[in-house]
Amino acid sequence: MHDFADIWSYLAQGPLLWLTLTLIAYVLADAAAEALGRPPLANTVLMSVVLLGLMLWATGTPYATYFEGAQFVHFLLGPATVSLAIPLHAQGARLKRAVLPVIAGVGTGSLVAVASALAIAKAMGVDMTTLATLAPKSTTAPVAIGIAQSLGGSPTLAAVLVILTGITGALMATPLLNALRLKDWRARGLAVGTAAHGIGTARAFQVHPTAGAFAGIGMGLNAILTALLAPAVLRLFL
Amino acid sequence: MIRALALILLCQLAGEVATRAGGLPVPGPVLGMALLWGLMSAFAPVAALVKPVGEGILRHLSLLFVPAGVGVVGHIDQLGTQALALGLAIVISTALAIAAGALAFTLVARLTGSRDA
Repeated sequence: MHDFADIWSYLAQGPLLWLTLTLIAYVLADAAAEALGRPPLANTVLMSVVLLGLMLWATGTPYATYFEGAQFVHFLLGPATVSLAIPLHAQGARLKRAVLPVIAGVGTGSLVAVASALAIAKAMGVDMTTLATLAPKSTTAPVAIGIAQSLGGSPTLAAVLVILTGITGALMATPLLNALRLKDWRARGLAVGTAAHGIGTARAFQVHPTAGAFAGIGMGLNAILTALLAPAVLRLFL
Repeated sequence: MIRALALILLCQLAGEVATRAGGLPVPGPVLGMALLWGLMSAFAPVAALVKPVGEGILRHLSLLFVPAGVGVVGHIDQLGTQALALGLAIVISTALAIAAGALAFTLVARLTGSRDA
């Protein structure tokens, strides 16, 4: 007869337990968001993260153990990024009619994201290394880590700032864009993808398929643009 | 399904190899996305093949950010004494970037007569 502690220590060694709990936490968060009518504050990423964070804390599980299971979900981020080609392809004709607005939207959003973050942080006395880490926070995580490192910042902190930016953008996009009375789904999606990368894009897909496709474009173009812009803008704050 | 998945992974792999080999500032998966987009536009059967699998992955895009998000919970102390400054910088700059990006798009769309169908 095994007691609970034995079963727990057996399960805690393999990826099964935390992979299963990651999916269950997401299913619960998604069901809760659906039941509430998908308000911006009931963000599925945020709710799942809080739930799993509490579980890790309560069981004293280190993140490395959690990630052994969760890595299978995490791995799909790459194929998902590649799959963004599908909505882009489906919206091809629409995109062709909006080349100039897209360039203007991504260019402005990208520049404002980097410059305003650095200006505020610098004014509040943030040190140089941290400014270099903050500069690429609107880009998708692997790009931000690469840019932060090349500017002399910290990769771990870069990942934290990226995720916080994504969740912030996903939470505020709908009320903010409604307050500005912008109804064009292309403009709304593009801006959110540019400012809040994949987490913003995930939110845009929940709201409208056109917004989702344009968010994907914003995320992809902003990754390239920030890599080019961030070093130059950072130099202005030296 | 396996063929579609293999093709998607192959695009990602090609993207990773190209960014490493060329020292490009673009992440591998983003280059893979451009490659798949090109293939879908050039060959209609490719579009039909990858659509169901890719849409399946994208339907729950939010789920894929959960593991990284949980990692943030453990590293939140990295923000240290600068937490307030960084928090404010993120909240304000994200709001400004969303507003500026959406307004710039809308303005240029109006100037160029680009309407959404």
